Amino acid sequence: MISASLNAYIAVSALLFAIGFLGVLVRRNTLVIFMCLELMLIASTLALVAFSRFNGTMDGNTFVFFILTVAAAEVAVGLAIIVAYFRKKQTVQVDHINELKN
Amino acid sequence: MAHLLFLVFSVFSAVCAAGIVLSRNSVNAAMFLLLSLLGIAGLFVSLDAFLLAFLLLLVYAGAVVALFVFIVMLLDTGGGTSPARSLVAKLAGLVALALIAAGLGSFALRGRLAAPGAAGIPAVGASLKAYAYQLFTLYLLPVEIVGFLLLITMIGVIVLSRKEEGNP
Repeated sequence: MISASLNAYIAVSALLFAIGFLGVLVRRNTLVIFMCLELMLIASTLALVAFSRFNGTMDGNTFVFFILTVAAAEVAVGLAIIVAYFRKKQTVQVDHINELKN
Repeated sequence: MAHLLFLVFSVFSAVCAAGIVLSRNSVNAAMFLLLSLLGIAGLFVSLDAFLLAFLLLLVYAGAVVALFVFIVMLLDTGGGTSPARSLVAKLAGLVALALIAAGLGSFALRGRLAAPGAAGIPAVGASLKAYAYQLFTLYLLPVEIVGFLLLITMIGVIVLSRKEEGNP
């Protein structure tokens, strides 16, 4: 089933990571920034799975298992924080979220 | 054939990832995230990690993206105009993108990752038994810690999303 080289998989992973990073830098909506963060996380798991497959080891796959769990927890907490902030400030634009107090 | 599938899935996920960054509407961005995850799950399948592809779809497409869409609709952020990015931020974004592109190009052209191909390497990630063996022997403590983390997350989210009544 496999034919593409490890280089190709790592290149795709790095490309997705770069796109996610660009999104974090240029977008202003906190929710979209959060989505781009998730994309970066998943891009890194692609690299882990590819390394694991091409080395014949199991550890990378197991790490991805944990990363998925922690990412789900992270999304729940992050969105709860965004909702709590929106209740206070009525905005999710990062330009308006520039102070921790008040 | 497999090479063609790899190309299709990687281009698909990259295009949809670009769609997240470029779309004006948050709901569209969430849908693009879902499509991009589909492409990445296809790449996982091409790497013989069937369980991980399934889990990715289950956890991300099933729970995370649904949560995102739910929050986007709950908050009703609208398409309100926001002040334009400063020149410094735009420059920083471009410089960061150029650096990442340079790094990507350098290892794509001169990288030493070129493995002899996966044809002779056993696909250990394809069997469920391998996951179970790893998770219940070597990684037993991390599994328990992650379970505890999920419990803490549940309590934390309940506390965070509770309406403050007494104190403003």
